Amino acid sequence: MSVDADTVRRIARLARIAVKDDEIEHLKGELNAMLAFVEQLGEVNVDGVEPMTSVTPMAMRQRADAVTDGDDPEAMLANAPNSADGFYMVPKVIE
Amino acid sequence: MNAQQKPSRLIKGETGDWEVVIGMEVHAQVTSKSKLFSGASTEFGGAPNSHVSLVDAAMPGMLPVINEECVRQAVRTGLGLKAKINLRSVFDRKNYFYPDLPQGYQISQYKQPVVGEGEVVVDLDNGETVTVGIERLHLEQDAGKSVHDRHPSMSAVDLNRSGVALMEIVSKPDIRSSEHAMAYVTKLRSILRYLGTCDGDMEKGSLRADVNVSVRRPGEALGTRCEIKNMNSIRFIGQAIEYEARRQIEIIEDGGAIDQETRLFDPARGETRSMRSKEEAHDYRYFPDPDLLPLELSPSMVADLKAALPELPDEKKARFVGDLGLSAYDAGHLVAERETADYFETVAKGRDAKLAANWVINELSGRLNKEGLAIASSPVSAAQLGGVIELIGDKTISGKIAKDLFEILWTEGGDPRELVKSRGMAQVTDLGAIGGIIDDLIAKNTDKVEQAKANPKAMMWFVGQAMKASGGKASPQAVNDLLKSKLGL
Repeated sequence: MSVDADTVRRIARLARIAVKDDEIEHLKGELNAMLAFVEQLGEVNVDGVEPMTSVTPMAMRQRADAVTDGDDPEAMLANAPNSADGFYMVPKVIE
Repeated sequence: MNAQQKPSRLIKGETGDWEVVIGMEVHAQVTSKSKLFSGASTEFGGAPNSHVSLVDAAMPGMLPVINEECVRQAVRTGLGLKAKINLRSVFDRKNYFYPDLPQGYQISQYKQPVVGEGEVVVDLDNGETVTVGIERLHLEQDAGKSVHDRHPSMSAVDLNRSGVALMEIVSKPDIRSSEHAMAYVTKLRSILRYLGTCDGDMEKGSLRADVNVSVRRPGEALGTRCEIKNMNSIRFIGQAIEYEARRQIEIIEDGGAIDQETRLFDPARGETRSMRSKEEAHDYRYFPDPDLLPLELSPSMVADLKAALPELPDEKKARFVGDLGLSAYDAGHLVAERETADYFETVAKGRDAKLAANWVINELSGRLNKEGLAIASSPVSAAQLGGVIELIGDKTISGKIAKDLFEILWTEGGDPRELVKSRGMAQVTDLGAIGGIIDDLIAKNTDKVEQAKANPKAMMWFVGQAMKASGGKASPQAVNDLLKSKLGL
């Protein structure tokens, strides 16, 4: 598996990362090197092997349905670059 | 299921008949106290960002821990939809960027949902039923809310809804008309409300639907579909489908092709229109969420939930028809809302069920509709209406007087039997008293007596007069019997 320049542009756009045109070739090379490295795993036969989800067999922890958090809008907004009247304020997202 | 065997509602175009094919994705907010993966409240209408935890705000290092009640609610819903429960399901990340989604991804279930195939039996107005297949149900997080009209150049974000549990219920493309679609959502909502897994409050956004619409010539392969997003009114769903089907038919008949796209319904103009940002096809890059292990359910947990399910509308309807002798139409009306069914059962308990059904459907529902009241806030309680039914049943009052009594209960309240006693509303069955009234009428109206003897229908005049003289309290049956014998008819 390898990626071409258009794929690099598309991945960057999906990740909202600004990539300049003159960086594309270099990134393409890096991504393809990583893919080639990971592709070595394809040499292992995993037919019939369940994907491993944890190192030790364990069930997902669940919690009871109770309100134990919230009610602190100031704390939630403390790190926001911009806020007003309890809202996070962000650049307008519709025309 | 064979789609061609379903009753279809064809639409006439310029060049022939068209069939509309509809599938729906309904997002139902899970009824729970706290969110799917955090301990913040799900309560509606809090101050902005007051029901938000660090998990919901996606602060670095926060980890999701699943709410066991949300899982149970999804399983209950699956069981209520007669669906397969998957004992192992997986949470995935659905990646996209929007300011009201601080994580940059929604935790959802992609390839392995918690609930698989099921079905909903949909009741149509004409008494027919149509079965709509359920493809799957999965659990996912709701997003926050963006408010665009508070500031000229900024959007305001409230994360109170962020992380609230939703069930996405996906139907098969089994729906064939706007009427079926509206009936499907109505029935699904009814089942969810019976189960107590979603309050079904569409105005508050607890139930929203994405509607996939395509058209085809009957018998042909499926056409290209458009998705109408975020519908929160059953009536608008019907309008949007009607508009969208005709729009597509016109395009195809004019030689055009349908673009697969997302559209929005504008209720003010009654039309759907394309959402602008379609230049980029969605690529959500789903992958299993490494913060969450697979969700594993034990067969005994599912069996326990199944054993504890309430009686659902279809079963209740069958019981009302089979055990209580109600018509399918009346039973369907009574079971649509659980509150109405419960009210009816209290009224009918140990009494004449058909009479109780008539009163709940006609007098009570009619009056409630007129005053815009829900049955839960009915001024006449089920116990009071039951009392009225009992008084009619034991012939203490006539049906006509019962309506007066209902009016008194509605406006003043009180105990029906006491009211009948204190206000002298009891039906007069004392043959002596009624006989006296009739003797008097006969003596004073010899001309009418002759008319009645010539034409028995003229006896109705005497019935009317006798009822009037008794203040409406004479038993109509006793008046009839006595008149016949006294007039020699």
